[in-house]
This record gives sequence, C-alpha cells and structure tokens, in this order.
Amino acid sequence: MIQQELDARQGGSAENLPQSKSGSPLALVSGFFSKTFVIAELEARKLRHDPSEILSRAVQPALWLLIFGEVFTRARAIPTGRLRYIDFMAPGILAQSVLFIAIFYGIAIIWERDLGIVHKLLASPTPRSAIVLGKAISAGVRGLAQAVVVYLLALLVDVHLNWNPLDLIGVGFTVLLGASLFSTFSLIVACIVKTRERFMGIGQLVTMPLFFASNAIYPIAMMPTWLQYAAKANPLSYEVDALRSMMLVGGVANQGLFLDLTVLFLATIVLVILGARLYPRVVT
Amino acid sequence: MSGVLEIKNLTRCFGSFVAVNEVSFSVGRGEMFGLLGPNGAGKSTTLKMLTTLLSPTSGTAKVAGLDIVRQAGAVRRVIGYVPQGLSSDGALSGYENLLIFAKLYDLPRKEREDRVRAALQFMGLDGAADKMVRDYSGGMIRRLEIAQSVLHRPPMLFLDEPTVGLDPLARKAVWDNLRQLQSEAGVTLLLTTHHMEEAEQLCDRVAIMHRAKVVAIGSPNELKSAMGNPNATLDEVFIHFTGDRLDDDLGGNYRDTARARRTARRVG
Repeated sequence: MIQQELDARQGGSAENLPQSKSGSPLALVSGFFSKTFVIAELEARKLRHDPSEILSRAVQPALWLLIFGEVFTRARAIPTGRLRYIDFMAPGILAQSVLFIAIFYGIAIIWERDLGIVHKLLASPTPRSAIVLGKAISAGVRGLAQAVVVYLLALLVDVHLNWNPLDLIGVGFTVLLGASLFSTFSLIVACIVKTRERFMGIGQLVTMPLFFASNAIYPIAMMPTWLQYAAKANPLSYEVDALRSMMLVGGVANQGLFLDLTVLFLATIVLVILGARLYPRVVT
Repeated sequence: MSGVLEIKNLTRCFGSFVAVNEVSFSVGRGEMFGLLGPNGAGKSTTLKMLTTLLSPTSGTAKVAGLDIVRQAGAVRRVIGYVPQGLSSDGALSGYENLLIFAKLYDLPRKEREDRVRAALQFMGLDGAADKMVRDYSGGMIRRLEIAQSVLHRPPMLFLDEPTVGLDPLARKAVWDNLRQLQSEAGVTLLLTTHHMEEAEQLCDRVAIMHRAKVVAIGSPNELKSAMGNPNATLDEVFIHFTGDRLDDDLGGNYRDTARARRTARRVG
C-alpha cells in the first residue's frame, strides 16, 4: 500500500508531492479549526481513558465549599449584599478550581518537549496557533468536567443554582474561556522558562496572588484601594463576575456581563497569538 | 547530481557557540544515510534544522527541492520525523496515536482507517493496535513511531538515534523495518547514530560529524580504504578522522545525558 503511493510519486519533483489544499481563505480557516479540534480531541481521548484525575481534583473545591464556605456563611463576616455567603463564593470556587487546573497546564508542554512530542507536532503541517488553541480548548474540557463536580458540590451545600439552560451554556462558555486564558498563560511561561523546576516555582508564585487579588471569595468593595486596582486588572475577577451573574438565582454582574466576556475573550486571543510565537522556542 | 536532500554550508550558532559549522552534503533518492558522531557533535541540531524546528544561522538546505526556510510549510508535508526519546502518547492506544496524526496530515477521511491499519501491519503491530502505548515494549513504541512518521507516505524520513536504549533484539527489528521502508517503499532515510555497528549495518553512506563539522563522508567501505586499510573497523576510521574516541564524552551536556538516561529507563 505504502509502496503504490510512493511508486506513483517516483517522479519526485516538488510538484508531484502532496500539497495542502489551501488556497482560498475559507479553506485556510476551516483547516485551522479542524487542526485545532484534532489537538483538543487528542487530550479529550486521554481524559476518557483515565478519568480518575477528575475525581482527585474534586477534593480542593470540596474543602473550600464544605468547610470554608459553611463556616464563613455562619460567621456572616463578609458583606455580600442580598446573596448568602455560600451562594456568593460558589462561582468563585468554580473559577478558582478551573484556574488551578489551567495554571499548571504548561508543565505538560515541558514534559512533551522532553519526550519529543512537541518536536513531532512542530515538524507536522499543523499551524502553531492551532496547536496552542487546541491545547487551550482541551484545558477548557478539563475545566468543564471540573464545573460538573463543583455544581454537584454546590447542590450538596444548597447553593441557589440557576438552572436556566441559556445561563448554563453561558457558564460552560465562561469556564472554557477562563481555562483557555490561564492555560495559555501557563504555556507561555513554560516556553520561556523551559525547565520543570523553574516552572513549578513560578506557578506557585502566581496562583495564590491571582486567587486572593480577585473577587472570588470576597467582594472588591471591601478591599483596600491598592488591592482593588489589582483585582480590576486580574482576568479572574471578570471570570468570577460573569459566572456569578449566570450561575446563581438573583446573581448580577457588577462589571456587566458583556464587559466580562469581552475582557476574557480578548485576553485569550492575545495570549494565543503570543503563545503561537513562543511555542516553537521550547525545543531550542 | 540532484538529491532528495541537498545541504549547503548549513550553520547554526547559539550565541557565540557554533553548533553546526558549514555542513554540506547531499543524499540521493532511496539512499539510507547515516550521520555519525558523539553527543554534542551537532547531529541533532542539524536534524532540527532539516525538519524545520530550528532556522539556520546561515546556509541552505532543500528537501525534495523545497527550501527548509522559505518553504517550511511545504517541507513539513514531504518529511517524516522520528525524534529522540519516546514521542508516542502512552495514554492513548497505538491506533489512536496514528489516527490523530492521520488527521493532522489531512489524510482523506475515507482512507484514514485503512492507512492506519496498513501502517500498523507494515510495522508488525496489528496485534497491539488497541493496547495502550504505555503497555508497549520499547521496541514496539519505536516501531509505532516509525509507523506514525510514514503514515502520510513521505519520500524523506528523518530519524534521531532510532535505536537508542533498545535491546539487541528490538534493535534488529527496527533495522529490519527501516530496510523494508527503503527497499519496498523507496523512502530516503537520514538517521543519526553514535553506534558504529548501526552505521555499518544499515547505511549506504555515512557522514562523520565532529565538533560541529563533517570531517569525512562516503560509504563505510570507501572510508575504510581512504585510510589505507580496507580491514579497518568503522571505529578505527572514526579515530583516524577525528583523533578522538567515539565513546569520549565530547560535550553531551547534563541535560542530554539526563534525557538519554530517562529514555533508556522508560524503554527498558
């Protein structure tokens, strides 16, 4: 079989070799997205073969919601307006647990570099940006699995969840965006630092500040002024704000849902473009 | 002569360090060509440039008439590449590993499954298609990677130390597969190795690389007669041309060594 094709090609000049059917911009765009989804499919298949990681990742949000959330709801120490504290924090914990998955995503790139998987992808006719976006979407798929877990936990502690199908789709979309954004940030860090040790150091350095300098577990209004600026510059705040407006009965977006999603969307696009430029550097 | 691979004065520097220095050679159609040298001689860097992973500082190379810098996208469609290390995904089955690459290389939907099955059969892996790759032996993984690299039927195949870390039996199976690709499918192969035996057994011609330069080039027999001793081993040829022993660690740095060890452990 292999032979026939090659025989047919023995003429061997470049004209006889398979060319991409690119040409029209439409074919380029559809090629780009189909490659993106192949990369995402690869990750989704891995998750399907071994879903145990979803369970192990349920532990941390469970601690936050079942222990921290219950205690602070009783303490009434944090002013959250009309919402009970447990309702207020549930979207924050969803965003946080998705952040924690995404922010260490870059270590997989370093691992794949050491194995030669990155080399093989880069030597294939896959656009760099499709590889990076595909990885981002697969972080999003893991994020969606995490969202299901957090919803189950939220049911357990009686969070007033909003089951409107449109809002649920909105929550899914926001989780996907948030995971894509932070996983691509993580990929960029990995491409710059290039070693596991340095990467872990930086990952741990940024995770907690991102979480605490956001509106995930307390409102921005109660922060000192300098921290308010940090929280406003933190994409996680916009993710939480969007989630809060769609996930809860009576939830509202303080910054406006449109602004929230626009910030997340634009930040993701900028990071993917940057990531696509840096990704090939990880092999040098 | 017009080869499938034409390299002219290819050079790559990292800062002030010259990793590949003015390398020129060409490889003819259907030839099995060996790039021989110790760790750090510049073999892998040369291969990275030819597979479009790294751009040259100066010089040019053409694969099947396509320039590796200006036509990098087209080059990627006509080459197969088996990197060092274990580049198959252990968390997927052998079949899935190939299927993903069939899609990345735009194989027509109707042909994908047949081509994947045919490639698995060609490499003698049809029985293990649905097994997780993490349960494969080192030799099987290597053969799977070769199957993956020729799915799109490239006329030119690059392999970076294809038998490193394999036991003698597995190594021989890989050699057989490579010879089969050369003779039955007419693929042109370029492989790097630091095993004399491998170069002697497999390669029609070899280039000896030493400290970033090609110091000798020819068939194993030509090289032996060039030093006036047709009974010399290729090992002796190497010492003759470089003044160094191949086994000496000439610059394989800590990271390379650590990686090689890790690979060996995973394969073993």
